[in-house]
Amino acid sequence: MRINKNTRLWFRAVRFLLAIVIALGVSFVIIAFSTDAPVRAVVNLFTGPVTSVRRFSTVFETMIPLTFSGLAVCIMFKANQFNLAAEGALYAGALTAAIVGIYVQGPGWAVKAAAILAGGMIGCLIGAIPGIAKVRWGASELVLSLMLNTVVLNLGTFLFNRVARDPAPSYAASYELPREVSLVNLIPGTRMHSGLIIAACFVAGSAVLIYKTKWGFQLNMTGSNLNFAKYAGIHTALIIISAQLVGGFIAGAGGATEMLGLYRRFQWTSLPGYGFDGVILNILAGSNPLLIPIAAFFLAFVRIGADYMYRQSDVAAEIVSIIEGIIILLVMASAFLAKWEHRLTTKASVTGGESA
Amino acid sequence: MNDALLKAENILKVYPNGIVANRGVNFEVQKGEIHALIGENGAGKSTLMKILFGIETPEEGTITLNGQEVSIDSPKKAISLGIGMVHQHFMLVDSLSIAENIALGHEPLQRGMFLDRDKIVKQAGELAERYHFEIDVNRVVRDASVGVKQKAEILKALARGAQILILDEPTAVLTPQETRELFVELTTLRQEGYTIIFISHKLKEVMEICDRITIMRHGRTVDTCLVKDTSPEEISRKMVGRDVVLHIEKQPAKRGDVCLETRSVTCENVFGKRVLDALNMRLRSGEVLGVAGVEGNGQSELAEILFGLRQPSSGEVLIKGSRIGRLNPSGCRRCKVAYIPEDRMRIGVAARESILSNMLIDKVDRYLRGPFLKEKEMNRDAEKLLAEFTVLARTVDTPAGMLSGGNIQKVVAAREMTEEAQIIIAEQPTRGIDPGASEIIRRKLLELRDKGAAVLLISADLNEILEMSDGVIVLHEGKINGYFPDTTALTEEELGYYMLGVKKQSRESVEAALCG
Repeated sequence: MRINKNTRLWFRAVRFLLAIVIALGVSFVIIAFSTDAPVRAVVNLFTGPVTSVRRFSTVFETMIPLTFSGLAVCIMFKANQFNLAAEGALYAGALTAAIVGIYVQGPGWAVKAAAILAGGMIGCLIGAIPGIAKVRWGASELVLSLMLNTVVLNLGTFLFNRVARDPAPSYAASYELPREVSLVNLIPGTRMHSGLIIAACFVAGSAVLIYKTKWGFQLNMTGSNLNFAKYAGIHTALIIISAQLVGGFIAGAGGATEMLGLYRRFQWTSLPGYGFDGVILNILAGSNPLLIPIAAFFLAFVRIGADYMYRQSDVAAEIVSIIEGIIILLVMASAFLAKWEHRLTTKASVTGGESA
Repeated sequence: MNDALLKAENILKVYPNGIVANRGVNFEVQKGEIHALIGENGAGKSTLMKILFGIETPEEGTITLNGQEVSIDSPKKAISLGIGMVHQHFMLVDSLSIAENIALGHEPLQRGMFLDRDKIVKQAGELAERYHFEIDVNRVVRDASVGVKQKAEILKALARGAQILILDEPTAVLTPQETRELFVELTTLRQEGYTIIFISHKLKEVMEICDRITIMRHGRTVDTCLVKDTSPEEISRKMVGRDVVLHIEKQPAKRGDVCLETRSVTCENVFGKRVLDALNMRLRSGEVLGVAGVEGNGQSELAEILFGLRQPSSGEVLIKGSRIGRLNPSGCRRCKVAYIPEDRMRIGVAARESILSNMLIDKVDRYLRGPFLKEKEMNRDAEKLLAEFTVLARTVDTPAGMLSGGNIQKVVAAREMTEEAQIIIAEQPTRGIDPGASEIIRRKLLELRDKGAAVLLISADLNEILEMSDGVIVLHEGKINGYFPDTTALTEEELGYYMLGVKKQSRESVEAALCG
């Protein structure tokens, strides 16, 4: 019982770093098999993103949708619900924002706000479906949300073809959004947009919501021990569903932000995959909303680095998936260094003089 | 009498949360006997059996089989040594037939890779016939009655070559007729040289079928004797006997109005067995009403119904004279009902969350500024509670699961036993925790009683019941078997007779005294 927060945090940090080191070691071996200059490839992997301002700004661009998705999954998972609808919500949010951007007339800032809000609302709806089905009928939110994503994609494609598709270009793309609907560019010469600031606001907002409000308190308890929360008088069904709503909103708003920040035309013909990245981020960040952006930065950095490495040498960019996989495996595996942790706990308990 | 087949010596078992379940336990069975292991719930019977079956590993002690020391580190090992166990909750695959369940794990094959279905049925049929089990092995487990499932479990163990069979409260789920049948089968098995360990707390059955009996109490083995040399009275005395004499100074009760009332509350368990049978009781403010009874006679169900965690199949609960309709925990909390649950790890605390969260979860509304929490005040109040209940923890941020059993219970108590509580349902409030923590909790309960709260004390510790309660009811098979409005002249032996159904008061006289 003498284990305090700091020892655990410290333990987790060390374990995380060790996981990265091991993952890199394994990747190095694989890289060594596939190229004559493995050292240069690895150096490229790490220095690639910082070789130019433009490239470094791409890390931040990539980080924005990842952060939104990470936060959305974070709040949904806090209720102990493995709802993966963030994927569909992000897609639908982007499409909705595009449609709003194309059709709604008005001052730029108002349309932008409306687009992001509308994206969020659609996300809410999508996130809530698995939550309600779970609470009401006990349906598995995992299976339901995975299937729901496909439904959302195809429904979205239908809608896109009907109302938003521009017949002029030879590829599938929507009509062009007016220039004033795009998010403000932060650094000239790069694509870095003010979505970064919006993402930062969502990070702060999520952290406050989770750690500082009654709702967040009850959410934590419900997710931690459902039976206990019920017994303590918490309206757990309400908490679970509202968490899915909030998570869906964040994902939808994230999709909208991505759309308005990076694209002039909506052109996603498949799911973007950010929803699943959100799960990875939560594993890396230990479901702490304040650590999500850091994890998102890390993931974006490695991915941009891998892309650079691929272009500079003959190593496939997919190597980055192997690195991600190994890190997650090690972070998730509770047995990894568990003996060491147990020794720490035992030592602490025994010196505490605690006995039943 | 020294040819022990299986022998456990000096067993010590401490669970990770610090509860000492077995201490200095010595237990031995001889070949070809039915050996009863009897004791109250929490006495350590199940733990001992789990150790013999390899589910738990003891911290200290030796186990010898046929004079050879063995280490049983997994159920697989236990089975290979010829030890089989029939759990209270059956371990059968519902969608398969009984024959398939029996064959599971060592299925007969034809041509080395295909299941030989005919042989599965034939082998199972032969097995049932050999031991005179009347059972249809082609029946799918899902459709079988509880008694049949149990037979299937026993056959499964025998098919795996068990020579020693451990039956964990086999009759708890059976009807009297099924119990008869089981006893006939067990007697047959004994004649064939099998050894049976029979866990029970039903004295009558033990006297009827067993050869020898080992009595456990508070994690220790108290005595082993021949059934024919003993009497129900002697066993019950040894079972409940007094370890530490507990004495609490308290004022006489000032009984007030009826706070909590049940009217013909009836309830069935998962097996469809009636565990509460038209129960009528009343709890008044300013009194501690003790509920005594052997585990499984309806106490847990009663507590859960009173707190809205379980719905009765018929009957109703009145809180402060008014019908609440469908009870639920949040409604009960609004009516100032507090509940100290028996299963503190499952519903008493969120083990991963901080002490602060666990103590204040039901009171967050007091610490709100708009939607935000007033963290400073929460911290201050949690620290106050930490000190008041002397919880041994450095800070209120420590996860509750890191504490020892006694300290976890203090956290639960600190949350539930507030000044506002008007009705307190305390279920096993001091089980398995150290004397210091027990004393704090007991003192606090009496303090609240003196301030006018009504306390329903459900406890397996008779000493505690007698010292704390102003009145006692005894539950036996879902009915109130006896009511004692005054505990001063009551003894544990006397209570024991009522708990085991050796003595009983009539329903009419109980209700006249309790509800009149």
